[in-house]
Amino acid sequence: MKKRIATVSLAGCFGCHMSLLDIDERLLDLLELVEFDRSPLNDLKRFTGPCDIGLVEGGCCNEENVHTLHEFRANCDILVAVGQCAVMGGLPVMRNAIMHAEDPLRECLETAYLDSDYVLNPTNSIPNDPALPLLLDKVYTLADVVKVDYQIPGCPPSGETLWHTLDALIAGRQDRLPYELIKYD
Amino acid sequence: MAICERFGNDRTRLLDILLEVQAQFRFVGPSLMECIARQISTYRVEVEGMVSFYAFFSDTPRGQVVIRLCDDIIDRHAGTGEIARVFSRILGIGFGDTSPDGHFTLEYTPCIGMSDQAPAALLNERVVTCLTPERAEEIALGLMGGLNPGELELPEGDGNNLNPLIGSTVRNNIRLRGEVLLGEVPADAGLRKTLRRPPDQVMEDVERAGLLGLGGAGFPTGHKWRMAADTPAERRIVICNADEGEPGTFKDRVLLTERADLMIEGMTIAAYAIKADGGIIYLRGEYAYLRNYLEAVLQRRRDQGLLGAGADRLGGFDIRIQMGAGAYICGEESALISSCEGLRGEPKNRPPYPVESGYLGYPTIVGNVETFCCAARILDRGAAWFRSWGTKASPGTKLLSVSGDCERPGVYELPFGVSVRELLDLAGAPDAAAVQVGGASGQMINMSQFDRRICQEDLPTGGSVMVFSARRNILEIVEYFLDFFIEESCGYCTPCRVGNVFLKQRIGKIRQGLCQPEDLDYLRELGRTVAETSRCGLGHTSPNPVLSSIANFPLVYAALLKENRNGREASFNIQSALEESRHLAKRRSMIYDPTYDGD
Repeated sequence: MKKRIATVSLAGCFGCHMSLLDIDERLLDLLELVEFDRSPLNDLKRFTGPCDIGLVEGGCCNEENVHTLHEFRANCDILVAVGQCAVMGGLPVMRNAIMHAEDPLRECLETAYLDSDYVLNPTNSIPNDPALPLLLDKVYTLADVVKVDYQIPGCPPSGETLWHTLDALIAGRQDRLPYELIKYD
Repeated sequence: MAICERFGNDRTRLLDILLEVQAQFRFVGPSLMECIARQISTYRVEVEGMVSFYAFFSDTPRGQVVIRLCDDIIDRHAGTGEIARVFSRILGIGFGDTSPDGHFTLEYTPCIGMSDQAPAALLNERVVTCLTPERAEEIALGLMGGLNPGELELPEGDGNNLNPLIGSTVRNNIRLRGEVLLGEVPADAGLRKTLRRPPDQVMEDVERAGLLGLGGAGFPTGHKWRMAADTPAERRIVICNADEGEPGTFKDRVLLTERADLMIEGMTIAAYAIKADGGIIYLRGEYAYLRNYLEAVLQRRRDQGLLGAGADRLGGFDIRIQMGAGAYICGEESALISSCEGLRGEPKNRPPYPVESGYLGYPTIVGNVETFCCAARILDRGAAWFRSWGTKASPGTKLLSVSGDCERPGVYELPFGVSVRELLDLAGAPDAAAVQVGGASGQMINMSQFDRRICQEDLPTGGSVMVFSARRNILEIVEYFLDFFIEESCGYCTPCRVGNVFLKQRIGKIRQGLCQPEDLDYLRELGRTVAETSRCGLGHTSPNPVLSSIANFPLVYAALLKENRNGREASFNIQSALEESRHLAKRRSMIYDPTYDGD
């Protein structure tokens, strides 16, 4: 039976998903082995059933991220944090550096939307549409919120790294990434 | 600046210069830094680096009287909290603050070497011990009334603490005298015999005696001397490590008080053996009250022709006292050497080892106070005599500093190989449930292990033995030790600087009941990483309290861990994570506020 895979990008940039496409023609091999459930690759927005593997890109910066992550945890046997943002918070986590401020979230929003020299905001307002998910007090990594089975480093992890990961998980192998794939300098 | 000139505008004496500047001006501000840097021909950042490194320096003005309340775990158990409230209430300032009139600064400090008479505090250089809320109130009111710390009426100490040059309230609490160190010790008998023999034979005696360094690391002393002697050099240096910073250790304080001559005799013998002409006693800042006495002993020995220009048999070997400035890491020998050289107390890369290239690049031996004392005794009585005590790997006797939940805390001189149980019986600790052997960086053992023996073969220790009864919270103790290491890490290498913080965070989470059994794997793995990849002994040993408590007190941990069934981290709380956002956006959550109706 084909393994079922779900993927999602939370507070990420979709770079990790782009990197997945870098496995090139092996995408065809992959499709022989797996079936994609919820994923931006097929634009499925809801789980259709339990999955074997969930790949999550990005950390959690808002309530929707947390909600989605909980759904992934509940529906996927193996949950993989893919890329720097999912593992350590990545670029978004830089806002945690102002946590020591009196009112950190307000300061963050005001800098981003009002005060910065590089902002053009004629209405001088911070976006607050009811449809916008509420921000969390700080950015959380996946492991802060749920139990994570594997963490794949890289910004983004190379196509080769993701292929190696998927190949091992699909075959049910306990594996380590070879040194060459996680050496960045 | 006169202070710089007094030290010959010598860059390597920057620590002394800063100590005097801090004492005189009560801070080392930016303009003073600039001024000192110019005068000793270095960069301002070098001076600023020193000021930020050592706890005794401050770049903002401190009070005329700095009250440092010892916040060690033993002191906490003895009631530091209550004492702190008394000081805070009467002086009207919080901890870390200086009163607006500039009279007082109140702060916490790690172990000041008085665990057997806790709670204790330093008022500038004056030590006050056995504090009760009443005595704390008296002291605080006295200080408020304008008395100097030296003018306060306090109970007298014992033994040589009554010497007018010490004049301290500290008690030695010597509970058991052995024959090597705390029994009768004839003056300079070892030195006289040494001077009749060639240096090579002196080292041979120390080697045959099997003396191991008694500060904690246990390196063979004779071998250390031999390596320094064998390194060709113009000068060699002998340093006595009296930076007794390991929490719960205070036996060197007692030796410095009662056996100062013996220690200096040992240093002199070492200098003769390795042909050293320079000596340094690195005295921890907290023991500054002993400085005048030690200076006087040194001067008397110079007058006796045992030190300095008059000591021609010793090549003019002389000793200076280097005061520390409140940094635990300076007990590590290469950090201690950095500190003596006027640098931040950061460990150096090894090799080269200090015996090859130490203080100012000269071959240097660094030994503990007790080690030098033992060396002097060995040269008097011989290797066989010394070996008649102790075990094969750990000959001789050991001074053990016992503190915590026992009836008779204090110093015990016992042969190596004594079991923890024998020691506990002597100290009167029938309800001991856990014993931390070797200080914060040592091992925490449980009741079933009390028959283990204190020696190199089993439980090594620099002397610290902290006793905890069943009333104490093991994880509180472990968390305290991690706090201590986080504070005292020099910050140079990442495993130690960051790893200890992660260890503490996870222990904190466990204490809150937010962890699962897998978190122990995380602690073990992280602990191993910190121990294996850190740069010096601090990081090599800082995970010990975590690792040994997991191994020896599994039930304490098990009681707090919960199996996680839904895969969600118990420590993450979505409601509190959203609180600020709700407030800012002035709306509730569409997802997590069930009654949401789109208002």
